[in-house]
Amino acid sequence: MKSCLVVDDSRVVRKVARKILEELGFNCSEAEDGKQAMDHCAKAMPEAILLDWNMPVMTGIEFLRRLRKMTGGQAPKVVFCTTENDLAHIQEALSAGANEYIMKPFDSDIIQTKFQQVGLL
Amino acid sequence: MKVEDFDMFCTLLRQRSGLVLTSDKAYLLESRLMPVSRKWNLKGLEELAAAVRSKRDEAMLRDITEAMTTNESSFYRDQKPFDQFKAVVLPMLLANRQAKKTIRIWSAACSSGQEAYSLAMLLNEEGAKLAGWKIEIIGTDLSGEMVAKARAGLYTQFEVQRGLPITLLVKYFKQTGDKWQISDEIRNKVQYREYNLLGDLSPLGQFDVVFCRNVLIYFDQPTKGKVLEAIAKQMPADGVLYLGGAETVLGITEKFKPMDGQRGLYTLSAPVSR
Repeated sequence: MKSCLVVDDSRVVRKVARKILEELGFNCSEAEDGKQAMDHCAKAMPEAILLDWNMPVMTGIEFLRRLRKMTGGQAPKVVFCTTENDLAHIQEALSAGANEYIMKPFDSDIIQTKFQQVGLL
Repeated sequence: MKVEDFDMFCTLLRQRSGLVLTSDKAYLLESRLMPVSRKWNLKGLEELAAAVRSKRDEAMLRDITEAMTTNESSFYRDQKPFDQFKAVVLPMLLANRQAKKTIRIWSAACSSGQEAYSLAMLLNEEGAKLAGWKIEIIGTDLSGEMVAKARAGLYTQFEVQRGLPITLLVKYFKQTGDKWQISDEIRNKVQYREYNLLGDLSPLGQFDVVFCRNVLIYFDQPTKGKVLEAIAKQMPADGVLYLGGAETVLGITEKFKPMDGQRGLYTLSAPVSR
């Protein structure tokens, strides 16, 4: 079973995303901000990361830049999932090493096709 | 809804679009036709049915047909057909059309245009391989509203996230307000036309590849056969037909046969008599 780390400061979003991902066959863990996500990745690198942008303590984009510099941090497929929906943010995410990008609101169809596109399904 | 009204709408839809409605679909008819009756200042479906019977106003009949025909579409829908296009169909055509260097592709019942634009983007990504080739992509739909939408190439955030990889969104779309518009570069590669699949297809010309996915499922058996045979006449001997995952030619027509090892793809069984 593939592992996915869901990083979002909203408990509701984490719950919804987790349910969708579990139905797609992922073993999910959760983090409330970039810092918690870093700690998680240092212990166990997941295969997939669903990542919010705006979070307290450490934002998603900052986490992603640090992740890509970590040992083994190139491996996870990172899919942004954020309300930031303008071209500038999308380009910034891609150049920081994001594999895909979901603009909220999302549904299970969108998560599924995006995860397929990056080869996770 | 009165049985005679339901039957009248069914007959009308079948004649105009080939759509087959079974009696369990009465709710669908009601939910989709209520907005039409409001548009024509009528109170409900009973009045709409009466108006159809007494006036047979062409614009009203059109509104009814358009409201009932489904318009579900997404970019790179099902993905696999596009992978097959890139890996199997395109290389075959590039080899077979060396002399003419022309390829014509038809997205039949194109809805809001995502299938045709997906192909246009795919071909653009192939770049150098296609230098000097003339590739025409034609999208047709019964609905004038859908054709207008396809031509505009303007999609909601939801629509651009269904099946479209983010890299292609960044490369080929620009943001206008809360919508996304496909670039002129891609838009100019596709021509859209309002066209009824049940009509005479010969004015459309010959097509090397025909995408007719998830269209036949709405037709009854004789109509499916009629449409497939008409499409066959518009294809050269090595043409390729795409059908949807739940569709088949088996038991419907002998003009097409499944392509070996390529699910969803069909080729002509024998040279078609014209």
